[in-house]
Amino acid sequence: MNRLLLVLFAKVLAVLVMLTSMVQAQSLLPVPALTGQVIDQTNTLSAADKASLSKTLAAIAQQRGSQVVVLLVASTQGEPIEDFANRVANTWKIGRKGVGDGLLLVAAIQDRKVHIEVARNLEGAIPDVTAKRIIRESIAPAFKQGRYAQGIDAALVRIDERLALENLPVPGSEPGAQELGFSIEDVLPLLIFGIIAATVLRGMFGGFGSGIAAVGTGVIAWNTGLALALAGGLGFAVLILSIIFSSMRGAGNYRGYGGGISFPNSGGGGFGGSGGFSGGGGFSSGGGGDFGGGGASGDW
Amino acid sequence: MKFSLAKFFGIAAIALSSLAMTGCGYNSMVSGDEGVKSAWAEILNQYQRRADLIPNIVNTVKGEANFEQETLTKVIEARSKATSIQATPELANNPEALAKFSKAQGEVSSALSRLLVVTENYPNLKANQGFQDLRAQLEGTENRIGIARKRYIDAVKEYNVTVRSFPTNLMAMVTGFKEKPSLTVENEAAIKVAPTVDFNKKP
Repeated sequence: MNRLLLVLFAKVLAVLVMLTSMVQAQSLLPVPALTGQVIDQTNTLSAADKASLSKTLAAIAQQRGSQVVVLLVASTQGEPIEDFANRVANTWKIGRKGVGDGLLLVAAIQDRKVHIEVARNLEGAIPDVTAKRIIRESIAPAFKQGRYAQGIDAALVRIDERLALENLPVPGSEPGAQELGFSIEDVLPLLIFGIIAATVLRGMFGGFGSGIAAVGTGVIAWNTGLALALAGGLGFAVLILSIIFSSMRGAGNYRGYGGGISFPNSGGGGFGGSGGFSGGGGFSSGGGGDFGGGGASGDW
Repeated sequence: MKFSLAKFFGIAAIALSSLAMTGCGYNSMVSGDEGVKSAWAEILNQYQRRADLIPNIVNTVKGEANFEQETLTKVIEARSKATSIQATPELANNPEALAKFSKAQGEVSSALSRLLVVTENYPNLKANQGFQDLRAQLEGTENRIGIARKRYIDAVKEYNVTVRSFPTNLMAMVTGFKEKPSLTVENEAAIKVAPTVDFNKKP
């Protein structure tokens, strides 16, 4: 009897192990780290090929501004290559901020499948039909002969031609470059709310009340997802405006600023660095690309 | 300034209630709702794009002699069935109507993918540049539909989580934000599977 139980237990265990391994087999290929503009996980390209392709891609980035990345994987492990490419592209978000001009060329060497994923804002420059033709006419014939680097290079030349025809912003003059990262609509209700609160609290507690309102507004602003520095600034603005308003109303119920003045910094001031520039030679995503499935797939 | 305990609690209460007002997620429900709406608009946009492409494809394929008529008829029928459903924004809030609409569009997908597989058997079509271009556009549109559907599912999920979780659900109840139906994943899988076509069968 015991033995029977043991056998049963072993069987259940075996099924469980099988199930977990099946689940693992079905899990998606992780998105690789964006280490450069040419990422080859298969060692298909020689070091010289990689260097030369990287140079071409850097030249495109410099002249056109667009961020093009080439990714070679062994296999997408059953996932359709267009889904994999879209997943990778939307994780990396390659393409300049405010321009969104990214393009990803993915080849799954063992699957013999290739895909060009075009960011929404480049769909005019490189429509699906063009992407398909680049694959059919430039990539597939070279890949068939095992000349991977030449195929990719030929594709990049054609992509560059299309980008040149498109009227893309010159590198360095992107419209989104100076964006503040917030809109007036986001902060105005909070500001009005803060000033009303400050007026009410000021009536109750004097200058100290303004301080409370300022801190409160700052905390709420921070809570709703605004940057720390911006939230602090908003709190400070509430404080200053409430002081101005109350002094405009006359000195009748003047109670002094004493309590409030010591508060501005506790609203959460200080600039909480929002940089994202990796200096020196390395490639980093502009973060502006949105990929909605434009492009084309093919095989060889 | 003298600082009594009562005063302190008064300040704390005001600070807390003001936090609760914005913290209750009214704004995130509004933005979630808008996110769902724009994701829905994108789906409709891509379905429309496909509906516009189909007549061109059908006409090109019709030119091919002896083309399997049944496959063509199925595409035309599926398209007219799908476009007969008025895709209003209200449709997205009605689970039955949404499922019906999604099913009709799914049938267009499968009829089209069958058509594309069948065309592989016609060398003239394979060599026809115009047809190959149309094919590339159709594949791209199908891909966009898949992504738009995925984004819609994600947007609805995010919105529903906000509407249903505590304490935002209280605010949702008061302000009338309701849970939205989503597209089903089973449907998604069915669309992705390529149909099997038996070329040996006599038409």
